[in-house]
Amino acid sequence: MTEISSPLLRLEGISLSFKGVKAISDISFDVARGRITALIGPNGAGKSSLLNVINGVYRPQAGRIVFDGEVRQRMNPHRAAVRGIARTFQNIALFKGMSVLDNVLTGRNLKRRSSWLEQALRIGRAPAEDDAQRRRAEEVIAFLHLQPWRHTLVSKLPYGLQKRVELARALAAEPKLLLLDEPMAGMNAEEKREMSRFIADVNREFDTTVVLIEHDIGVVMNLSDHVVVLDYGRKIGDGPPDEVRRNPEVIAAYLGTRH
Amino acid sequence: MFYTEAGQFSSHYRTDRRLFRLRQDRYSLYALLLFAFAVVPFIGSDYWLNAILTPFLVLSLAGLGLNLLTGYAGQLSLGSAAFMAVGAFATYNLELRVPGLPLLGSIVLGGVFAAAASVLFGLPSLRIKGFYLLVSTLAAQFFVQWLFTKVGWFSNDNASGVITAPPLVIAGHDLSNPAGRYLLTLGFVVALTLLARNVVKSELGRNWMAVRDMDTAAAVIGIPLARTKLLAFALSGFILGVAGALWAFTYLGTVEPHGFDLSRSFQVLFIIIIGGLGSIAGNFLGAAFIVLLPIALSLASGFMPAGVIDAGQLENLQKIVFGLLIIGFLIKEPEGLARLWQQLRERARVWPLRY
Repeated sequence: MTEISSPLLRLEGISLSFKGVKAISDISFDVARGRITALIGPNGAGKSSLLNVINGVYRPQAGRIVFDGEVRQRMNPHRAAVRGIARTFQNIALFKGMSVLDNVLTGRNLKRRSSWLEQALRIGRAPAEDDAQRRRAEEVIAFLHLQPWRHTLVSKLPYGLQKRVELARALAAEPKLLLLDEPMAGMNAEEKREMSRFIADVNREFDTTVVLIEHDIGVVMNLSDHVVVLDYGRKIGDGPPDEVRRNPEVIAAYLGTRH
Repeated sequence: MFYTEAGQFSSHYRTDRRLFRLRQDRYSLYALLLFAFAVVPFIGSDYWLNAILTPFLVLSLAGLGLNLLTGYAGQLSLGSAAFMAVGAFATYNLELRVPGLPLLGSIVLGGVFAAAASVLFGLPSLRIKGFYLLVSTLAAQFFVQWLFTKVGWFSNDNASGVITAPPLVIAGHDLSNPAGRYLLTLGFVVALTLLARNVVKSELGRNWMAVRDMDTAAAVIGIPLARTKLLAFALSGFILGVAGALWAFTYLGTVEPHGFDLSRSFQVLFIIIIGGLGSIAGNFLGAAFIVLLPIALSLASGFMPAGVIDAGQLENLQKIVFGLLIIGFLIKEPEGLARLWQQLRERARVWPLRY
């Protein structure tokens, strides 16, 4: 058992390089349970790479990851999913040939207990389980107001809705930790407001810990409890939003100074 | 107006999951099955049953097998005929060497052997994809054909390599007549098509499509890639194996490696491309196109006045026209006949209005 006050995720001295090019050097920080942590920084600062390290898509050369009391040198994507890490991608990574409902249902694939043969023949545990899975998927769809499109192919949906379906698919897995890579990129002000509200609701209703990457500094300051600032793969700021905003190094590197 | 969904609500998830949710779809399917099982065997001539309907059904089944792998799971393959051959030769040898095994059992077990071969040759898919995988499945095609030609044991040391299939007897009934062969084929095709439709609508089918559409995202949400891909190879191989056994036993009446060469693999691939990738009905439409169009063309060329074209050239001309039709059709509708069928249904829903 882990104590409630311990961080859900702790990164210790993570370094990652691609063929000698350093993407991340010696980064450590904690993500508190039930909080929203924002990762910010200029393009190429290593934010997405860091998310990829957390859920095992990239393997760091040094450092370790402590997630929910378990220490790992590196994750792998399947293990990360089993342990309760779900994510969305910067460029939408939905299954384009499938409906909204089917996309959300794939998010729940780890919750299945019946075998594929039971499902194919619709015998044994499968029918009752299919009902239960559908019910949970419908809850997520209702939570994110996606009901009118449940049978629509995702490739036919506008961009903003696709982003929301991706959040729904991640949420369907009932994750402990939700990693969101630029959930509001390319959205207009109204869509951003809507998405911010959904993220805040997810965090409050399900007590899901969120780590998100976002460029809109106004959104970040409103939404997050904790901000980590990266620049050229190094951490240059770490703390509550107000404190980070006043940090001179952060202002110089990212926020810009008023002349 | 006639094809309306109005008033047909699902009040339970169970009814929403039905294979054919709309009443009119269900009833037309029942009518079609009744016609195929109870009317066709009596009204069909031997020529129609033997030379058109049976190969059409077997090729539809082969298309279904490849479509699960390529259309749903996104793994390209040019080894379809190899797995058909494994199914056919395994069935033959089981009939020959396992006394007391009923024919149905041999055919199903033949499918199991084909599934095992398919999984074996599917192993490279864990590392490579796309055209590279296509090339590696060619290995299956050449190896299997070589094996059955070179190793006499498989064809019971028959000098010509061409073996006559044993008589088709099921539960004491001799099915060696055209209607019997057709009904045996139809039974397998209907059962396996229903199974396949169930599978693609289940969790496994969703996992296949997820791997097809974006494999990194599939891995990140916890779909086991290796298992999902190999299950696609297994089920595809099983269906292809049964199709191969039927091709040899109910259609040709002989078992020979040359019936399962590379051009057969291409034929199956064309069926699913023309019919529609990722569609169950598409396999039947594609197979109908491939089987019926050459017959229609040769009938049409019969009306040409004699002497205009040399008889020897006529066959080549048919091939050219056939090729042109395929190219023209794919430019017009790259998503295949199944897409046209779907558009027709969308139209029928709102007819006589436009939308």
